[in-house]
Amino acid sequence: MHTAASTPRPRRRWLPVRRETLTFYLLISPWLIGLLSFTLIPIVASLGFSFTRWDMLSPPEPIGLRNYARMLDDRLFWQSLSVTVHYTLMYVPSELIGGLLLALLMNQVSTRGIRIFRTIYYMPSVLSGVAFVVVWMWLFHPEAGLINATLAMVGIRGPRWLVDPNTALTALWIMSLWGLGRTAVIYLAGLRGIPRELYEAAAIDGAGTWQSFLRVTLPMLTPTIFFNLVLSVIATFQTFTSAFVATNGGPLDSTLFFVLYLYRKAFQEFQMGYASALAWVLFVIILALTLVIVRSGRWWVYYEGEDR
Amino acid sequence: MSGQERWRRWLVLALLWGVAILFLIPLLWMLSSSLKPTYQIFETPPRWIPNPPRWENYSEALTTLPFALYIRNTAVITLLTIVGHLLSCTLIAYAFARLRAPGRDALFVVMLATMMLPYPVTMTPLYVIFNRLGWINTILPLTAPAFFGSAFYIFLMRQFFMTIPRDFEDAARIDGANTLQIIGRIMAPMAMPALATVTIFTFQATWNDFLAPLIYLQRPELYTVTLGLQFFRSTYTTNWAYLMAASLVTTLPVIVVFFAAQRYFIEGITLTGVKG
Repeated sequence: MHTAASTPRPRRRWLPVRRETLTFYLLISPWLIGLLSFTLIPIVASLGFSFTRWDMLSPPEPIGLRNYARMLDDRLFWQSLSVTVHYTLMYVPSELIGGLLLALLMNQVSTRGIRIFRTIYYMPSVLSGVAFVVVWMWLFHPEAGLINATLAMVGIRGPRWLVDPNTALTALWIMSLWGLGRTAVIYLAGLRGIPRELYEAAAIDGAGTWQSFLRVTLPMLTPTIFFNLVLSVIATFQTFTSAFVATNGGPLDSTLFFVLYLYRKAFQEFQMGYASALAWVLFVIILALTLVIVRSGRWWVYYEGEDR
Repeated sequence: MSGQERWRRWLVLALLWGVAILFLIPLLWMLSSSLKPTYQIFETPPRWIPNPPRWENYSEALTTLPFALYIRNTAVITLLTIVGHLLSCTLIAYAFARLRAPGRDALFVVMLATMMLPYPVTMTPLYVIFNRLGWINTILPLTAPAFFGSAFYIFLMRQFFMTIPRDFEDAARIDGANTLQIIGRIMAPMAMPALATVTIFTFQATWNDFLAPLIYLQRPELYTVTLGLQFFRSTYTTNWAYLMAASLVTTLPVIVVFFAAQRYFIEGITLTGVKG
């Protein structure tokens, strides 16, 4: 690595370009190797696998487009796609709006108050993982869970949550809302970045609270909303842990998320060819969604003319 | 007007505390349930204060399965991942922030694009590759990639390096320091907040990771805390007191780190935002 060092000659502030280029590529070489072996090669390889039938024991057998054709008749493929889309349509708007509301409320109180609430709201989202899900499975317990036991005290017979195909997805949705704090904190930073003068100017123009929210806050916040929207859609499409731990896709496949189905095909049934085809479908869907959102951003995201 | 103002302030605070209590209830319920004797667990109406608290739940839950081993396994993986990210991302980020080279900007765009790539897309072919390398049931698939950098953290560190004035480096270069010395002795110490953010984000993500360990670690003696907890849940499904005790202990490190380093969590997510 020491070959990349600059010449220790005094008063020479510049480096010959060739040497700087060499140093650059030497320093980033781990990333280039990683990009090739953990990203590019796997993506290309999985495209190749997707045209084969392969159980990892015998050599892959080329079958053309049959894996993709098979999806058309695969009930569980459509079910997993429908669950994932349905859930994304439920969760993403509620996360974006709920997070914004919490941030707007927090922005009304003193700096010390903000610190307290930010801590409380943000804490659950660092717990994400199996423990997070296990706690909610206990809260959702049909008889003794805190939710239904509390409802029973006021004479309401609560739903059976995770064990009822009609409510399981809703239960997972409520569970995920517990992680809303992260989004709220990002919004809060966005809100605090809006220059005061804009509100003062709006007030001089006679704008009320509601009008200055519509004319100042919301437009200035669109880059943050955009950022949260992209992240939220990509993350929600990859939902796995909560469904795997809490319901394992059930009851009656009502929480069979796409990635859970992909996991089953790849690592429980070892249908590597079909799993690769599913992975590519996921890739194309997420890519298309991201592009659509980015394109739409041109119409509704407001960027200041200057650097911030 | 002042009366209306005051009323509005109270309403805002009431709403904030209402939501805060909703957010805290699951944690308090976890703590309360973890200390209950079995006959109080299923009691209705729900009892909030266990009487008497049964502390043995903790020792019993943590020895039913070897949780000490799981914590050690997870700590090793987490530590290696942190070291890998700090070493690789610092060097790579410095190169992107400071050195001019043909192709740099194009590569930077490629790096940003890989941040959007979902893990499930590459998990099948990666399994095939690691299987061929004989890495299944080792911690290598979980730790080795960290030494090759991670796009998000490289981006985060590069943004931070860009804010450091060049004068310090120029001075050091005049004194004869080479690039590695400049990174190690000048840039890294000045980028401590960024390094701290990388450390705690990596810690949190690795400690909580479930999908990757699930794929690569099948032997119980290699289990991480999340795998152990999932195994516990599927085996002792009705013993909620034990489950809550085990959940609490295995997430305690994350909670402690969160309170100790909250500033960096907040700064980190407000800087760029990251999936939890």
